Amino acid sequence: MTVAKPLAHDAARLHVTGAARYVDDIPTPTGTLHLAFGTAAIAAGRITELDLAAVRSAPGVVAVLEARDLPFANDVSPSVHDEPLLSGSTIHYLGQPVFLVIATSHLAARKAAKLAKITYRKRDAILSYQDAMEADSRFEEAPRIWQKGDAGEAIDAAPHMLEGTIEMGGQEHFYLEGQAALVLPSEDGDMLVHSSTQHPTEIQHKVAEALGLPMHGVRVETRRMGGGFGGKESQGNALAVACAVAARLTGKPCKMRYDRDDDMIITGKRHDFRIDYRVGFDDSGRLAGVEFVQMTRCGWAQDLSIPVADRAMLHADNAYHLEHARIESHRLRTNTQSATAFRGFGGPQGMLGIERVMDHVAHRLGLDPLAVRRANYYAAAAAGGPSAPRAAEPRPAREDIAAPQTQAAGTDLTSRGAVGATPEGRPVPAPSGVQTTPYGQPVEDFILHEMTAALEESCDYAARRAALAEWNAANPVLKRGLALTPVKFGISFTLTHLNQAGALVHVYQDGSIQMNHGGTEMGQGLFQKVAQVAAARFGVDMQAVKITATDTAKVPNTSATAASSGSDLNGMAVQAACDTIRDRMAAHLAHLHQDEPRDVRFADGCVHVGGNRIPFAEAAKLCYEGRVSLSATGFYKTPKLEWDRIRGQGRPFFYFAYGAACSEVVVDTLTGEYRILRTDILHDAGTSLNPALDIGQVEGGFVQGAGWLTTEELVWDEDGALRTHAPSTYKIPACSDRPVVFNVALWDGRNREDTVYRSKAVGEPPFMLGISVLMALSNAIASCGSSYPALDAPATPERVLAAIQGVRNGE
Amino acid sequence: MDITFLLNGESVELRDVAPTVTLLDWLRESRGLTGTKEGCNEGDCGACTVMVTDATGARALNACILLLPQLHGRAIRTVEGIAAPDGSLHPVQQAMIDLHGSQCGFCTPGFVVSMATAHANGDTGHDDALAGNLCRCTGYAPIIRAARAAESAPVPEWIRADMLVPTVTASAADPADPCQAPESADALAALYAASPDATLVAGATDVGLWVTKGLRDLPKTIFLNRCRDLQQMSETDSGLRIGAGVTMDRVLAEMRQRHPSYAEMIRRYGSAQVRAAATLGGNIANGSPIGDNPPALIALGATLHLRHGDQSRAMPIEAFFLSYGKQDRAPGEFVEAVTIPHQPDRLRVYKLSKRFDQDISAVCGAFSLTVDDGIVTAARIAFGGMAATPKRAAHVEAALTGQPWSDDTIAAAWDSWEQDFQPLSDMRASADYRLTAARNMLTRYMIEDLGGQVSVLEVAP
Repeated sequence: MTVAKPLAHDAARLHVTGAARYVDDIPTPTGTLHLAFGTAAIAAGRITELDLAAVRSAPGVVAVLEARDLPFANDVSPSVHDEPLLSGSTIHYLGQPVFLVIATSHLAARKAAKLAKITYRKRDAILSYQDAMEADSRFEEAPRIWQKGDAGEAIDAAPHMLEGTIEMGGQEHFYLEGQAALVLPSEDGDMLVHSSTQHPTEIQHKVAEALGLPMHGVRVETRRMGGGFGGKESQGNALAVACAVAARLTGKPCKMRYDRDDDMIITGKRHDFRIDYRVGFDDSGRLAGVEFVQMTRCGWAQDLSIPVADRAMLHADNAYHLEHARIESHRLRTNTQSATAFRGFGGPQGMLGIERVMDHVAHRLGLDPLAVRRANYYAAAAAGGPSAPRAAEPRPAREDIAAPQTQAAGTDLTSRGAVGATPEGRPVPAPSGVQTTPYGQPVEDFILHEMTAALEESCDYAARRAALAEWNAANPVLKRGLALTPVKFGISFTLTHLNQAGALVHVYQDGSIQMNHGGTEMGQGLFQKVAQVAAARFGVDMQAVKITATDTAKVPNTSATAASSGSDLNGMAVQAACDTIRDRMAAHLAHLHQDEPRDVRFADGCVHVGGNRIPFAEAAKLCYEGRVSLSATGFYKTPKLEWDRIRGQGRPFFYFAYGAACSEVVVDTLTGEYRILRTDILHDAGTSLNPALDIGQVEGGFVQGAGWLTTEELVWDEDGALRTHAPSTYKIPACSDRPVVFNVALWDGRNREDTVYRSKAVGEPPFMLGISVLMALSNAIASCGSSYPALDAPATPERVLAAIQGVRNGE
Repeated sequence: MDITFLLNGESVELRDVAPTVTLLDWLRESRGLTGTKEGCNEGDCGACTVMVTDATGARALNACILLLPQLHGRAIRTVEGIAAPDGSLHPVQQAMIDLHGSQCGFCTPGFVVSMATAHANGDTGHDDALAGNLCRCTGYAPIIRAARAAESAPVPEWIRADMLVPTVTASAADPADPCQAPESADALAALYAASPDATLVAGATDVGLWVTKGLRDLPKTIFLNRCRDLQQMSETDSGLRIGAGVTMDRVLAEMRQRHPSYAEMIRRYGSAQVRAAATLGGNIANGSPIGDNPPALIALGATLHLRHGDQSRAMPIEAFFLSYGKQDRAPGEFVEAVTIPHQPDRLRVYKLSKRFDQDISAVCGAFSLTVDDGIVTAARIAFGGMAATPKRAAHVEAALTGQPWSDDTIAAAWDSWEQDFQPLSDMRASADYRLTAARNMLTRYMIEDLGGQVSVLEVAP
């Protein structure tokens, strides 16, 4: 069977020969125009004079548009219509698009965009957490607060108490392919959009809105992205809308791609967070109660910040059972780029808060942090083990229990930013004896006890811990550190209705199969994994299955390829479509061969029926001649979800994905430089659809997560200008930054929930394995003195050296 | 300017090329070869890497900051030319498929070209060969597995064929052409003296960014790539004379024997692609306060040779850097060579940056102390990133000289550091960190001198 095989990425050969096409590689018709934004040079204030004369008269310029020139909606927000494509007179961040240049070449557009004379009246920008808190500048009316038990009382009554703060920076996506869109005007005002996007339906919706068209007038196609990581969930809207507006105006194909510096200055990044914590605990490090205050700078527009901040709250427990917890979340509005989705979507930030707590508590008690982590783990999965699928519990379907709400016109229902689009869910009663998360979800599939034990053994944790102490005692300048940290990550969109997917499958008369679904390919191998499912359903070779570009004309109303949901949702939808066709074929062939449809088997490239073995191509031909429909749609919606985000109660997640990583570092106490010496990872992908692709996600996710916490530093100056806006100043991990020894293995176990072939989502969870690196650095620094390092992220050499000095001075 | 070169084995002749057209734009927009990608347009990501071969061998270069006039007489191979003309894959391509080295695929063409170049050269130092290729998906592990797997495969004949790139004779230069490419230092000296407002272009690792990021036009240019005599290294009585046009990859190879710590710094300087283009003279002449060669050269007591028309002059290299953006160089005068005096190797160069490879220094310190019988008898210490120019630590040197080589002496020099340096805070580091780290580098030098282990890069897992 084709599932579970470690097949190469479907486009690997195209990648290595340079033949894989991205948006900017699509041959364009003669006369194609090119676009660039002119951007604001202040972070907050008003434009008092906008002189575009030099822009308009620059060589190659065809037209220049301001906000007032836009024909319909001036908005590219994925949530609350607060993100104009072009600014108008009010400026919200340094880099905000003010005007749009349409020119005969990319270079001409870029050059002309620099020629504007803009006069501003500046006002004080809100840049920091403190600025925003003082000004009460926030999204939503007040901080969101979720509680379980009485944390304050539990902390006060505990034998030990400590408090602290961790700050963690944001992160630039640095997809290697920058944002890009190409729009080809069609007849009757329709538009064909090629967009490098994780969310074609969102692009379709925003383009339609900007052109005053119904969605049926806009078709969006996405073959692949050169990386997404969340940065192409909403940030491509501006380019596609700009191209569509320009194409409507000029009647010409229009293309826009950001230069890398523009991309980094204009688009949103991972949310940075400051988390204050107060925790009470006993002598073993078991937490009695914990309080978190999470603050995040969301930037100037709401975008997807509400669900991001929600997910940070949802991961404030990580792998630990918190009986008494209080989580307060401030979503701060600042005059910076509008922070957006990024792999983990707030989860890493929330998780880092509790991992810091574990590290801090262990330091206070003089215990191995791993012992403290284990003391706080959720209870193990119930008898029967994680691989035992339980019977589906009858539960009223979401639609049955609440009246549909009316949406304001123009609301994009397929966006994660569509806050409040679903009615409130009901709390899910936990089966007795099952521990629940701070938001009331039963944790029934907890496998980290076994995984931790297995990793501890395979990475030789205890012996290395002992050897490390000896090594540090003998080395005055260089110090080693070691940490083993777990990940428990919730799988599902927290906006429940997004957990649906569609597919379209055709079987042609020659037995070849074309497959389409709503998921997009950004390198994760989704297309190949889903094609493996399709091939498995028909029992054919991979060569029989053609993977096609995501296309809103084939599958409508798609959710973003995000939240790690791609293969869970689209794999199931494709499976459903294949099974529909397969059932029709089986019925017809059984009829021809006097067999029962249920006894017809599709395997080995053949259909086995009535003792005959019919090659699949022959079977397809027979079915066509028998006037059997060989095309079907498929649909899937995730079961069991109930979630009330206002109260923070319910079951937002279908299941949890788990992982654990052990990292060892060495630190130079003179300069703060460091290196990852070794990382061992054990990760849970359920029954992997493709172990090679899944291991690729784990390795890449880990390195990206480690980068977030180490070298990747975003620096804004006092004027609100981003100073790190190119790879010369913003440092993602390079080749030699990966661990010197890097062992990655998948945990062997089925998903206890009924997912596609019992696999688990794997896109985001491994990112948080990178937390082990920050904790290993903390461990190394702690060996320099007596006080707790309280290391912030990113732990650049400068921050590491400062922490070393702090520890030495007993601060 | 008219140029001739080979592209994927086929001869290309271009007439009247504009000096500001990059190879990347030409490939993608004029030639329709879209396999070579634009990732950053500043030579930092490697997505645009192409293989460039001439009589001296095959090199990986960043096409985004390679200007067309630099290609004359060379053989270019893009990702489309890495597989055989019949479509058979190159061993590194097959290994990348088999070992899952691509995910989104956008960086992959650049990696494949870098890998094929290293493979052609028998270079198995994969981390260094690929330091200039950024990948955001894979975490690099499978790419390195692929590079290792392909090591032993023979170099395909279609790649070897590029080594036979025919020598092209330069067409007679049109003196009225604002874009010139002289064939010798003498010709350059005459041209530049007559047109001191021209922009000199050597490797274009800096000038390329004036074009791609600064969006500047270059009305008058003089390309140095054909001045063979500027690309010579020679032993003289006073030391090793390195021509200004010698690329950093060659300086690296030369320094491995003479001054290994300098070589180790150059190993981290730029990337393979940048080192193959960037010249030693360019790094000095642009006068950047964060250039990495000047501190090392100052600590080595190097002499700078300047040329103007028929006139040459020489100076201690530190004297060249007058103030921020200002060097002791007259209009029409250019850097011709550097001489590093023969000396026992006492040099240590410490480069501090957020990322080890291919990062601009926050601080780069170079130390050369002579210690006789436990007494510091001479000290040359210089820094980049600590002042508006590359600068000697004169007060620190004075505080050390004549003193016992001891912790006490280092402690006694504490205040001298602030007399020498009042660094700035910027996105790379704060002033405090710069000063603290600079001080600690002296301690590191002493510990290393006494045989202690000080580099995290030398710790085995």
